[in-house]
Parts: sequence; C-alpha cells; structure tokens
Amino acid sequence: MAGFDKVVASFEEAMVGLEDGMTILAGGFGLCGIPENLIAEIKRKGTKGLTVVSNNCGVDGFGLGILLEDKQITKMVSSYVGENALFEKQLLNGELEVELTPQGTLAEKMRAGGAGIPAFYTATGVGTPVAEGKETKEFNGREYLLEEAIVGDFAIVKGWKADRYGNVIYRHTAQNFNPLAATAGKITVVEVEEIVEVGELDPAQIHTPGIYVNRVVLGTFEKRIEKRTVKTAE
Amino acid sequence: MSLTREQMAQRVAQELQDGFYVNLGIGIPTLVANYVPENMEVMLQSENGLLGMGEFPTEETIDADMINAGKQTVTTVKGASIFSSAESFAMIRGGHVDLTVLGAFEVDVNGNIASWMIPNKLIKGMGGAMDLVAGAENIIVTMTHASKDGESKLLSNCSLPLTGKGCIKKVLTDLAWLEIADGAFVLKERAPGVSVEEIVEKTQGKLIVPDHVPEMQFA
Repeated sequence: MAGFDKVVASFEEAMVGLEDGMTILAGGFGLCGIPENLIAEIKRKGTKGLTVVSNNCGVDGFGLGILLEDKQITKMVSSYVGENALFEKQLLNGELEVELTPQGTLAEKMRAGGAGIPAFYTATGVGTPVAEGKETKEFNGREYLLEEAIVGDFAIVKGWKADRYGNVIYRHTAQNFNPLAATAGKITVVEVEEIVEVGELDPAQIHTPGIYVNRVVLGTFEKRIEKRTVKTAE
Repeated sequence: MSLTREQMAQRVAQELQDGFYVNLGIGIPTLVANYVPENMEVMLQSENGLLGMGEFPTEETIDADMINAGKQTVTTVKGASIFSSAESFAMIRGGHVDLTVLGAFEVDVNGNIASWMIPNKLIKGMGGAMDLVAGAENIIVTMTHASKDGESKLLSNCSLPLTGKGCIKKVLTDLAWLEIADGAFVLKERAPGVSVEEIVEKTQGKLIVPDHVPEMQFA
C-alpha cells in the first residue's frame, strides 16, 4: 500500500514510461536548479526524438547539453540557448529544431498548461518574429498575442526538500522554472537533496504541493556554477 | 568626449528614485547598481526570480543556488524575496517594475527596439527582453550612438527584427540623452564636450534639436 507515498528507489524507476518522441518539461535556469540525475538517466536510457521544453539547454558536457551528444533531442523550446557549441552545430546541421520563446511567455505557457488554461493573451512579442502566424486581439486599445499553453508527457524537476507525499520546497533561485514544470507534466518526477518525513515541512511554506507530483527520488548533485563571480577584496 | 561605460551608468543612475524596483539588463545596465545614491533605497529585480539582488558573494559565501539572470553568483539584500519564473514575469508583465534598463542594437523614432537577433548570425534567443520591453512603462535603453563603422543606431525604422514595438521613450547613448515623442528623437542633453553637430550627423532618424541642449552633469 503506497497511499500518497511518491518516493521511488532509483532514477531508473523514476523515469519508467519515458518513450521515444515524448515531450519533457525541465526545470532550471542556466545550470541552476537543474534535475542533473534525471537528465543523466535519460541519457543512460537512450530515449530519442525528444522535445524538451526548458529555458536553456545546459552547456557542453553538462545539464541538458549531454542529451545532444547522442542526438536524443530533436526539438528545444527555450528562451536562450547561447551557451552550447554542440547545440549550435546541430542547429546549423538541421539535426535540431529550436522554438525560441520569450522567457516570461515560456513560464506562463507552463503555468497555464498546469492550470488547465489552454491559451492566454500577452503583449510580449507583438510586432516581433515571435508573433508570426499567431492570432492577435486588441484589449483596451493595446494589441496582444494569443499564446498556447504547454504540457509535457514528463516533467523533470529539481527540488531541495520533499516529504514522502511529494510536497516540495526549492532552495534560493534554484526555484526558477521548477514549480511551473512540476504542474504541467502528465508524469512529474522530482529529484531532491533530502527526503523528510510527512509533517516535517511547514504546510504554508510548500512551493509545490504533492498533488502535482507523481514520483520523488533522492539525488546527490554536482551543482556546477556557470558564471562564478565573487566580490573583489576591498 | 563620448561617455565611458561607467559614465553612462552614472547618468542612468540619475533617473533612479527612492523606493524604485529596477530591472537591470546585462552590460552597461548592470553597472548602474554601482551608482545608486547613498540616501536612496532601490531594489533590483532579476528575472530568474529574485527581488532584492545584492553584491557578488565572497569565496566563502558563494552558492550555486543563488544566481542572477546573467547566471552570475550573487547575494540577496535584506528584505529580498525569491520566487518562480512565472511570478517574476507576472511582476514584469503586470507593470510593477518601476524602471527597466537594457541594451539594444537599434532604436527608432517610433519607439521600436531591436536587441536580440541579427539575421544570418547565430541566434541565441531573446531571454526575457521581449517581456521586459512589453511590460515596463519606464524603460531606458543604453547603447552606443553609432556602430564602430559609424552607422547610426538611432533610425527612422529599425532594420533588424524587433524585440518590441512602440515601447521605448528614453535612450542614453555615449553621446546624448534623448527622448522619443511623436515620431522623432528629441535631443535633451549632450555628453560633455560633444557638439550638437556630431549628434545630428550620427542620428539617422528624425531628430528635434531644441534651442538649448545642456551638457550632462556629473557629480
């Protein structure tokens, strides 16, 4: 009897059901708050033809960048992909398709997807290449674009702490897209640094309520820093 | 003399007001944080989900989970808050940020801005720039007045794909402070030692030059 217990024992078990051609929503901003171990598991599994929705695509050799090595991703939906030489190569070869999406629109697409809202209007992108082929409508004298929500077959999420019921808390700015991705996966998998007993987390401090979460798995994290900046001594 | 990057940041900082929530883009805008007047409280918003960004950490306090939108490691100030990307853009798109400062390739007389894409070059993406220019009421664009080849970046029509349409009203270049109104640039101030003639020569779009154009003042 599992009840609400969402904890699984391995990354392999965490990604059961992932198949070629599926859409994956991934949390993270740059390399901050990325589900490192679930990405590594997708690489190990060798799943191909993936559409990945994530603000960025990692760097060469780390984060989502490792899924490019065996050409597992066919399409990326992202706001900024400039940190990755292999990405650039596959894009120019035509091996990889990219749908550049404004960052706030991307966040709202996930939020809406998880909230059962199929589309929304936004002023972001009006009069730009992003507006091409999209319906527009005027409200209060201003033009807005109709943007469609995104849902994923899987959402892969990096949390700080979770309880066994899948209630999740994120740490600092490692929150970013994670709680949004968590709401919009048909199967949402959260990897965390610590699993605590039910009742240990303050209910009012939960970022992602367990209702959105299907599987919780414990990981250890490298937490690579993309741009290490420190204060110069005074 | 044209303004240095530091002087540009200093001039933008003169537009700050006590109690402002401000989003600073990458490059010159980031430097504005160094010139917040001492008697003033300003809170910096970073679109990855941080309101109240502080200075860089020390080697001892550096934390991979604490970054800004430029992916640099940072700290928080007292009274900061941290939230999701959707919340972050709700405050941007909802017009709650008092001032946005960002760079650009081109601006035109209709307030259009191009800042993210040069066709036939590698396109990295717009990040949050489109949301910022669409959501903010008060935007300052910082850029050089002309390219290294002398081509004006203040145009009658942007030639590059747009980041936003009709959203820019204030531009600070290395030569001048300009406002955009009724389909023209209006020359408000010139950099110390820069002549009106030089600015006229380097502005391709329609430029209105008032009788008196003061020099920028620096403390």
